[in-house]
Amino acid sequence: MNATNLRKLGLALAAPALAILVAFMVTSVVLLLAGDPVVEVWTQLLTVPRPRLVVAIINGATVYYLSAIAVAIGFRMNLFNIGVDGQYRVAAFAAAVFAGQGWLPGPLNIFVSLLIAVVVGGLWAGLAGWLKVSRGVSEVISTIMLNAIATGLVSYLLFKVADSTVGSNVTNTKTIPVSSQVPGFSLIPGTPNKVYGFILLSMLIGVGYWVVLNKTRFGFDLRATGRSETAAVASGVNVKRMVMTAMLLSGAVAGLVGMPLLFGQDFSYGTTFQPGLGFAGIAIALLGRNHPAGIALGALLWSYLEQQSNGLQINVGVSSELVFIIQGVIVLAVVIAYEVVRRAGLRMEQRNVARQLSDQPGSPAPEGALV
Amino acid sequence: MSTAGLKAGAQVITGAVRKPHLSPGRVALVAVVAVFLIAVLRLVTGANDLASSGALAAAIGLAVPIGLAGLGGLWSERAGVVNIGLEGMMILGTWGAGFFGYHYGPWAGLLGAAFCGMVGGAIHAVATVVFGVDHIVSGVAINIIGYGAAKYLAARTFSGTPGGGPTQSPSLEALPTLSIPGVSSALGTLEQKQIFFVSDLAGILRSLVTNVSVVTLIALALVALTWWVLWRTTFGLRLRSCGESPVAAETLGVNVYRYKFMAVLVSGSLAGLGGGYLALVAANIYRDGQTGGRGYIGLAAMIFGNWRPGGLVGGAALFGYTDAIQLRGGGTTVHAMLLLLAIVLVGIGLWQLLRTHRVVQGGIAIAVGAIVGGYFFVSETVADEFTGMTPYVATLLVLALSSQRLRMPAADGLPYRKGEGH
Repeated sequence: MNATNLRKLGLALAAPALAILVAFMVTSVVLLLAGDPVVEVWTQLLTVPRPRLVVAIINGATVYYLSAIAVAIGFRMNLFNIGVDGQYRVAAFAAAVFAGQGWLPGPLNIFVSLLIAVVVGGLWAGLAGWLKVSRGVSEVISTIMLNAIATGLVSYLLFKVADSTVGSNVTNTKTIPVSSQVPGFSLIPGTPNKVYGFILLSMLIGVGYWVVLNKTRFGFDLRATGRSETAAVASGVNVKRMVMTAMLLSGAVAGLVGMPLLFGQDFSYGTTFQPGLGFAGIAIALLGRNHPAGIALGALLWSYLEQQSNGLQINVGVSSELVFIIQGVIVLAVVIAYEVVRRAGLRMEQRNVARQLSDQPGSPAPEGALV
Repeated sequence: MSTAGLKAGAQVITGAVRKPHLSPGRVALVAVVAVFLIAVLRLVTGANDLASSGALAAAIGLAVPIGLAGLGGLWSERAGVVNIGLEGMMILGTWGAGFFGYHYGPWAGLLGAAFCGMVGGAIHAVATVVFGVDHIVSGVAINIIGYGAAKYLAARTFSGTPGGGPTQSPSLEALPTLSIPGVSSALGTLEQKQIFFVSDLAGILRSLVTNVSVVTLIALALVALTWWVLWRTTFGLRLRSCGESPVAAETLGVNVYRYKFMAVLVSGSLAGLGGGYLALVAANIYRDGQTGGRGYIGLAAMIFGNWRPGGLVGGAALFGYTDAIQLRGGGTTVHAMLLLLAIVLVGIGLWQLLRTHRVVQGGIAIAVGAIVGGYFFVSETVADEFTGMTPYVATLLVLALSSQRLRMPAADGLPYRKGEGH
């Protein structure tokens, strides 16, 4: 029994290791084919990052983590919320407009702004949820459309409310008052740069995600719906209401994605606000297999590769877009590796059962044991 | 997690499926009514670009890449493989068109685009068919890889070329276009006269016979070929059976893996061709980020078209048309469309109130229609940022109104392992 458990653990660890190895080899082959210096590229990507970069990596991961959790909520019940990208931008814009006014004092302003972000993000995702449950529109398509609509809507409203100081041509919302800016932590020695204070928010959301999904009835229903819709219906789950709730929740968390950037770095929403966080979230949720700890590792890896690749162009003369190839191959390799390992585990188990059964004298060979 | 998605909300059609009555006569009737509506709208609002041959030519240019991507989606989903990686395959196609088009001429560029798309398709096929990985996961990964690979390769191959740079290729030689000489100018004269309905029809016909890119014709031929292969040959029947019930196909001796693999390869090359159109015909240059999410739109067009070639052409045309009129006419033309939207919404609302007695839904439709109509009368134009949304809002609206009648292949997105059907 113990030996089996040990073997299982070995298999579980084998998958990510295999995936990283595959990603390493594939990328090297691409580099060789394109005629780029393989060794130099890997030296650049694998050097220990300087303290300044470490902070950037942690900050990047903080934001990615929220985005990936938002996606993962949908994934757990088989909902594909590809619209996190639109949701976080609409929500960040709304929160930035409110926070910039500074109607409320310090922390209260932050709190209400977060609330607004959550509500706006949730409602934007809720549109897709409503279209799905009432009109049967695939959420994959509706959220893609809503992403594009969000882009147009936000850019229209941004020009309406943009801080129109005479003589400046910036298109930003009003800057958040200093009293409502979230201070960072000096976690990493050797650099003045600070880690976002909202790293705590990310952690909180991660813990909340784990508790709600694994320790509540709602979470159980959600996961059951994801595993088998028919079984969930049979056990009394109202799938339509679950779709709506999951979509609202996913959107609510998506609404928080922009908050570390808004309150910890940019202090306003403008045309330069970081785009594309939603799509990274999808990949990271897949990479972390929808598990809160796995997603944290995935977010760190994603952010690490991104920051380390920034130096590629300057130091090695290789286009830093190489990082997307690495990231994509890792996602693909991880899922393939898990599938291969799962099959290997299955075969092993079947062999074990077959052996145990054939050890008992007189019993016939079990049907289908050897696949 | 499987990619089949939740069934909630989608009406499951069981038993005998009503045969669509799409006789040529009916299609012609629908087309005439549509042209008539547009003619009325043009007359009422004075937005002349609604049916000009220029706008329609632009619509064709915008619809073809979307249609090709959708056609790619059709092949793979008919064989049971969800392909959200169309976008990535399309991006690979744009680079292929740029690289091969620059070095070996435009026809080689077209082939190169299809080939590069097929490479993306091959990755998807290996992951989903051979390894049985979740289709959406693989598609997302391919989109990331395609995006990165095209940029990386562009920087590697176009840097330092004359007129090119790390983010764009040198300008590419154009592919030939075709016109029917006499007819084109005659229709042009007719279009200029602004006669109700006749000029609108002339404008539409003129756009179909003037300076049509040879790739557009190829794309149309591919749609017809797809229909014929998938619905009229043994090969197609077997391929579709893999998408409906792979286990049943297996018991009849069909090599399901092989059919799925081939379908995804074709899917990738069609998406790549769509990317090739963008680079070779629409822009005459490869540029980073050229696809702009058209792979996703193609997927939407295919779903909108109920997983049928004719339907997806309709979806692509709708998207291309709304995009073209907003790009050309801007606010004024989109403003004119609002009137049509208001009338349609009120009509649907009345229908639901009187015929199906859905008071709430009918009331909402009428209220929204009234708001849209009111906005039409109090405003002069639509803000530029909003006009950009037109195709997306149109797609969303049309899907919301028609989605419940759609039926996807029964085993679309489900994992299949040989010998596991018990």
